Amino acid sequence: MASLVFNNVVKSYHQGKQSLQVIHGVTADVADGEFVVIVGPSGCGKSTLLRMVAGLEEISGGEILIGERVVNSLEPAARDIAMVFQNYALYPHMSVYDNMAYGLKIAKVPVDEIRRRVDKAAAILELGPYLSRKPRQLSGGQRQRVAMGRAIVRQPKVFLFDEPLSNLDAKLRAQTRLEIQKLHRDLGITSLFVTHDQVEAMTLAQRMMVMNGGVMEQFGTPEEVYSRPATTFVAGFIGSPPMNLLNQAPGLAQDRILGIRPEHIDVSADGAWEVMVETVELLGGERLVHARLGTETLIIRMHEDQGAPVIGARIRVCPRPDRMHWFDRSTGRRLEA
Amino acid sequence: MIERRPGLTFVSHLILICGVAVVAFPVYLTLIASTQSSEQIASSVPMSLLPGKHMLETYKVALFGGETAAGSTLPPALPMMGVSLVMALVIAIGKIIISLLSAFAIVYFRFPARTLVFWAIFITLMLPVEVRIGPTYEVVSDLGMLNSYAGLTIPLIASATATFLFRQFFLTVPDELVEAARVDGAGPMRFFWDVLLPMSRTSIAALFVIQFIYGWNQYLWPLLVTTNESMYPIVLGIKRLVSGESYTEWNVLMATAFLAMLPPALVVVLMQKWFVKGLVDTEK
Repeated sequence: MASLVFNNVVKSYHQGKQSLQVIHGVTADVADGEFVVIVGPSGCGKSTLLRMVAGLEEISGGEILIGERVVNSLEPAARDIAMVFQNYALYPHMSVYDNMAYGLKIAKVPVDEIRRRVDKAAAILELGPYLSRKPRQLSGGQRQRVAMGRAIVRQPKVFLFDEPLSNLDAKLRAQTRLEIQKLHRDLGITSLFVTHDQVEAMTLAQRMMVMNGGVMEQFGTPEEVYSRPATTFVAGFIGSPPMNLLNQAPGLAQDRILGIRPEHIDVSADGAWEVMVETVELLGGERLVHARLGTETLIIRMHEDQGAPVIGARIRVCPRPDRMHWFDRSTGRRLEA
Repeated sequence: MIERRPGLTFVSHLILICGVAVVAFPVYLTLIASTQSSEQIASSVPMSLLPGKHMLETYKVALFGGETAAGSTLPPALPMMGVSLVMALVIAIGKIIISLLSAFAIVYFRFPARTLVFWAIFITLMLPVEVRIGPTYEVVSDLGMLNSYAGLTIPLIASATATFLFRQFFLTVPDELVEAARVDGAGPMRFFWDVLLPMSRTSIAALFVIQFIYGWNQYLWPLLVTTNESMYPIVLGIKRLVSGESYTEWNVLMATAFLAMLPPALVVVLMQKWFVKGLVDTEK
């Protein structure tokens, strides 16, 4: 049980005289027992940040504290963390039991204590019948659970997940997501979860950290990130389809960008905007209408029973005034109305 | 070939049978010659290809030495085989230990001049024993290692090939495994012992077979560093029988040659499963 603090954390790589900074001063507090998801596009530095917490990457500047202890110079094993890797990183020649017990064996935990902890973890993860198998005799989902089991038995202060679901098929991923949530509820261990999948981020996170280009763009609950995105990047990254970001719209000031989500635009005969329908996509319960407003493209989400607009037709739409977002055009930051 | 054509099957079998014959016939000849008496071999030209009746006595003489029917006294092969066995084992095991450790250092540690070290090892691939035999002899002789197991084995132990093979294998081990071990608290040597070594089992087995045969078959180097008969390996023993006293006892010589072939063959047969696995499959 511990909190996790990032204090102006910087990461840069040096090659000869050149240096490349990839994390630009991240500052954040993760409360004890909180489940935080770090989300962002590839190369945004999310995995690097996680690996710095794990101690697999050196911290170039700033501090990381786990449970009020600065861990910058500690070895991974001394940091009281456990990590679940993307490809699980199970020891191929060891049985499931030995895989889970290995860290405890090194820490010289007594044998009967090891057995007790492994059995308990195996019971939680329903791995009991597989304890004597080798990893290659298991399915992807089972391997994933072994990797989690290996993390659980260490009874760490912080769990680190590095895209653990990306090697699973869609169905298993949804199921494992629920299992991870349940696990976190039961164990209540502070967790840091890296993913590039915003659905995973939205469903798992108590709070989420949106990263872009080594900068933390926003750190907040999924509701906050969805309803009050801090920057145009966050607005465009979270939500599917993403928020419409308009440089030009009727009545929009020159130095501003208007953001409006597709689901917050209503089609109505007395709407303020006149748009031309370009394409219509049917997604089962709803339709995505791609329309043109002046020079801008606008995506509108319509309920299926509203009827399909004719392509090429001009229709009037009305953005909900309470759901409009304004951003500064030069900085991309949110402006409070 | 995937096609099913009787003609092709016949041709491919013919080629295979020819290949087997070329390899197997000399071995068969050795075996046959060792069962005949030396007079039989000397008098019948060409030599009979049917087994003779003197197998037991010939092998007894070959193994334990003594006087032959023709009257010459021959040294026993058994102690020489012992020397060969020790030499081959020390070379094979020594090579594996040293190569494992050096490959481990090159792949997993960052130290100054790492690439230089790697290339230095790699370049020694171009320098087999025969090329550096003069200076090596000088060194071994100055160290007083002539006529000793140390002199026989140590100069042959360093192996660029094996280091290279292990390096290639280690490079295929995923980085995450190293990181998982670090998170689990395993230090470098612990990781080497608990994770890397068990994973390289099959490569080790394959290398053991190759290096055992390499060590067993050494001829030139032992010829230089041993002058004492008690340190002669079996390969030298065979050579010594050829120019023997006055008259070459071909039957005993063939028996000795056949005996010399047995241990390497045994190693290959016993370790075949592992050997093939180590060279072909990647168990990860």
